[in-house]
Amino acid sequence: MIRFEPRTRAPLALRLTMQMAAVAAALALAAIPLALAGAPLWRAFGLMVQGAAGSAFALTETLTRATPLIFTGLAAAVAFRARLYNIGAEGQLYMGALAAVAIGTGAIAAPPYVLAPLVLLAGAIAGALMMLGPTLLRVRLGVDEVVTTLLLNFVVLLFVQMMLEGPLKDPMGGGWPQSEPILPEGSLPVLFARMRLHAGFIVALIASLALHVLIARTVLGLKIRAVGENAAAARYAGISVAGVMVVVGALSGALAGLAGASEVAGLKGYLTSDMSRGFGYAGIVVAMIAGLDALAVVPAAIFIAGIFVGADTMGRALGVSNYIADLIVAMSLLCVLVSGLFTRFHLRFR
Amino acid sequence: MDGVIDILLSASFWAAAIRIATPYMFGVLGALLCERSGVLNLGIEGIFTAGAMAGWMSVYLGTDLWTGVLIAALTGAIIGLLLALLTVPLGLSQHVTGIGITLFATSLAYFTYRLALPNVATPPTIVPFRPLAIPGLSDLPFIGAALFQQTPLTFLSFALFGIVAFVLYRTPLGLAIRAVGENPAAVEAQGLNVETIRVGTVVAGSALMALGGAFLTMSAFNAFFFEMTNGRGWICVALTVFASWRPGKALLGALLFGAFDAFQLRLQHQVGGVVPGQVFLMLPYLLSIAALVTIARSADYPKALMVPYFKGQR
Amino acid sequence: MALDPNAPLVLKLVGIGKRFGALSANEAIDLELRRGEILALLGENGAGKTTLMNILFGHYVADAGTISVAGLDDTLAPLAPGSPQAALDAGVGMVHQHFALAESLTVLENVVLGTRSLASLNLDLSGARRKLIALMAESGLDVPPDRRVSRLSVGEKQRLEILKVLYRGARILVLDEPTAVLTPQEVGGLFAVLRRLVASGLSVIFISHKLNEVLAIADRIAVLRAGRKVADRAAAGVDRAVLAELMVGHDITQSRRTPRAPGPPLLMLTKVTVRDPHRRAGLASASLTVHAGEIVGIAGVSGNGQSALAGVIAGTMAPTDGVVTLDGEALNPTPHASIAAGVGRIPEDRHHEGIVGALSIAENLALETLRGAFLKFDAMRTRAAAAIRAYDVRCPGPDAPIQLLSGGNIQKVILARVFERAPRVVLANQPTRGLDVGATAEVHRRLLEARARGVAIVLISEDLDELLALSDRVAVIARGALSPPLAVESVTKEQLGLMMAGHAEAA
Repeated sequence: MIRFEPRTRAPLALRLTMQMAAVAAALALAAIPLALAGAPLWRAFGLMVQGAAGSAFALTETLTRATPLIFTGLAAAVAFRARLYNIGAEGQLYMGALAAVAIGTGAIAAPPYVLAPLVLLAGAIAGALMMLGPTLLRVRLGVDEVVTTLLLNFVVLLFVQMMLEGPLKDPMGGGWPQSEPILPEGSLPVLFARMRLHAGFIVALIASLALHVLIARTVLGLKIRAVGENAAAARYAGISVAGVMVVVGALSGALAGLAGASEVAGLKGYLTSDMSRGFGYAGIVVAMIAGLDALAVVPAAIFIAGIFVGADTMGRALGVSNYIADLIVAMSLLCVLVSGLFTRFHLRFR
Repeated sequence: MDGVIDILLSASFWAAAIRIATPYMFGVLGALLCERSGVLNLGIEGIFTAGAMAGWMSVYLGTDLWTGVLIAALTGAIIGLLLALLTVPLGLSQHVTGIGITLFATSLAYFTYRLALPNVATPPTIVPFRPLAIPGLSDLPFIGAALFQQTPLTFLSFALFGIVAFVLYRTPLGLAIRAVGENPAAVEAQGLNVETIRVGTVVAGSALMALGGAFLTMSAFNAFFFEMTNGRGWICVALTVFASWRPGKALLGALLFGAFDAFQLRLQHQVGGVVPGQVFLMLPYLLSIAALVTIARSADYPKALMVPYFKGQR
Repeated sequence: MALDPNAPLVLKLVGIGKRFGALSANEAIDLELRRGEILALLGENGAGKTTLMNILFGHYVADAGTISVAGLDDTLAPLAPGSPQAALDAGVGMVHQHFALAESLTVLENVVLGTRSLASLNLDLSGARRKLIALMAESGLDVPPDRRVSRLSVGEKQRLEILKVLYRGARILVLDEPTAVLTPQEVGGLFAVLRRLVASGLSVIFISHKLNEVLAIADRIAVLRAGRKVADRAAAGVDRAVLAELMVGHDITQSRRTPRAPGPPLLMLTKVTVRDPHRRAGLASASLTVHAGEIVGIAGVSGNGQSALAGVIAGTMAPTDGVVTLDGEALNPTPHASIAAGVGRIPEDRHHEGIVGALSIAENLALETLRGAFLKFDAMRTRAAAAIRAYDVRCPGPDAPIQLLSGGNIQKVILARVFERAPRVVLANQPTRGLDVGATAEVHRRLLEARARGVAIVLISEDLDELLALSDRVAVIARGALSPPLAVESVTKEQLGLMMAGHAEAA
């Protein structure tokens, strides 16, 4: 029988070590499916590292991939802090992208420094509104937001397909269900010549800093932490739990919406229904690896992005399906959950 | 309106309703068992996928259909065991662990499929279950076609409902399971082991969930597609709440849902030109959310649902 | 109660030790129990009594020591540690302080739980019902077998807990603080049952922190203090003061309440009705006036509307009828409004509602008065340091997570939070529950000080002695109805007990 004794202190060094150990464990476990696929292990890992960071181009690719993950990671981090389990980032992301396309493809005429921020703002608002429904259902009726946000992901995807085959379809898109491209004034500029890394990455970094300040230094941040740790005590102390939840939900949805808007306005240029490769769900893994800390989300997102980008390269070279990346990411989540135990408790065996 | 009556009066509609309901029946039964013992199993979507892939792959590699079913159930049981170990003795968050298990099981299933069948253009097929003819009953007018021309897995799911209801309400084990979901301290005080009961129940429930997935690839269709489960697992979670965790209501809920789904498919044929297909496809999810909302206020949650229990905790 | 020194030993604990981290909960404890004896395990909250019995019953495993239980043939055999099943098989049964019952199941189902093999396909409820009914007749304990536990009264639930163990053939009964939730009359009834059981050959260990009860029922008394056994003697002829000193180890000066004339009315409940959403008793047209500088004590069996009463004063529940006013102004039914109006609230369950464990002491102190956009860390820390000094809170510092503190120190932080804001009204809901004598005395002192400063105080407590010692007037709540408060000089415990029993048996 295992007994848990709460630790009196969880030093930062221990937490960091445990989180890195978890990630290392997941990578080590990846050796099993790699071996089953017949891939030479050292070469496989080497190719992954090379693909993720082996050249300037590779690095910018990884950071580009990390951009939406930073946003969805922040979305999950702020929501989970309040114990509002937003699993709907995938859908909120698409709604953000949809709003970006609705605003940015010609509906509004505005100069560059105005249109691009408007596009992002539209994405944030769309994402926030999308999360409002499940949040209100949870707060007013006690309906579990995990199921509602998950189900809405499917609804949103269908809605996007409907829009892309209908009102938002690009008449000059060669018949494919895709939207018109975002106008140059509405697009996020690229940061380096001939690379794909765009200004969305900077916006993501700013968002991470802003969220950190919010949670650590503001009254709202303390309320969020109180509500997440003990909602009954927070309520007793006069904090409006419902109000805090709604704000958190809106914030979380807005961040996820930004993920979609920045992806469309910065990387892809137009919207298709397969734009996101599970960014919403990966954001949850990012947040957990980061220990729900807004600043730590950035390196965690870059790491997860590196896995995806590296696996793409490795997969093409060695003929391994790139579902290996999803597998590593999923195992990282499980390993981080277990390692969290070591951080919070002494384990005693009896 | 005539169209609606026509649909409701056709035996093939009811047959389709039951067929479509079958994966939900397995899923709801499995989810209900897990949650009755106090564990929310959000790995259900991943277990559906893994069961679908494992069962199909086993048949594709040469075993007979029932062995495939067994392999699927075993796959579900093993994944369920992993989830149970993480959430019961280790007490990790059931929400996050469940999502993690879903991601893990899904990506494992996809990776394994691609491992065995790298990049085929059209998914290969197997010979699925054929409708089982029950002497006497299958030939009854209307009712025979509607109810009794289903495949063996469907009949199995009905039988399992009866078995689970019997165990839950008429055996000492079922009493223990119900008690563990209400007050684990009460169970421990009577000398039983809370963790063993919870882990065992989750393993059994997960095996049932996997059968829901197996039905998709081995009975309803005959191939494995990515994104095949399409949210059925989450719908089952919603249906379980709607059924107040009771097997009878759960069966009714699953059947009603299947009927609704079959109805909207047929309606699509009739009205499809005007309304985009996606609207009809959205309806099952929206209906599930609506079901959750209507039952929300009066839901009779197992009181220890999602509360981890550590021995000696008083 | 005759003590027969020749009765065979039924239980022998030798050298039991148990540590939780740095805390030594039990240290080298020896204990013996003879057949037909009622042994009281006396000690204040936190002394280690429940831990010791949890070890006996197998909820915990001791770090050191052995346990032997007598079989049917009177020979002592070692008891396998860490297994409630082994304890039950050896004839040890525990009646827990917080009932170990599944509320949504029936009485019969709770009794049958775990009594038949999990591999069996037959629950045999009818056979069990017959056995249970016979047992009820024999023991004099009566509970309707097919009623859902959630609909039982507190007294009935306790009888069910006892029946559960008797059904398993227990010959040694351990009762953990059984009288905390009973009226004085019910306590008498319980003692009668215990004497009857003991006369028929069972043995009883009775855990309590109440001196008077222990002296009334026990044959022998073992006193625990800070994890050690400090006394073990026959009850006959024991001096009450000696026992009290053994329990606490030093002299505790009890705060004395000096009678004083109350001031003007401050808090008024006028025909307040509350429907409790969890189907417990709410309030039924309750009226109450509390004056400045007075303590009104509310006595009652738990579950009779205390939560609703506390809720309308604290702002966590809204009245469906009637009005609550403070100094003439109606109180808005939100926690925030209640705090802003000058109500200080000490919640019933400090861990559930009082503090956020993972936050620091400073953050918890600031929780009720958050203002502005940015947190002012320096101000928070200064304020926390001042409170820690003023209330003598033992802690690593203002930034330490509050969950590290002991129960008594957490309650001090809550007191600091309440009194810092110079409230005009204080709601004290079970303020000394689970606290040791020292912490209890501190809470009493602060309440009496506030009373002297003119604060109107509502004191809800299950401890009649506490109520009678502190209150100026006492009211009884039963089934949501509040009796008119009586001057404390004019009531006795028995009178209060009878009024409390107005809650009747069935829901």
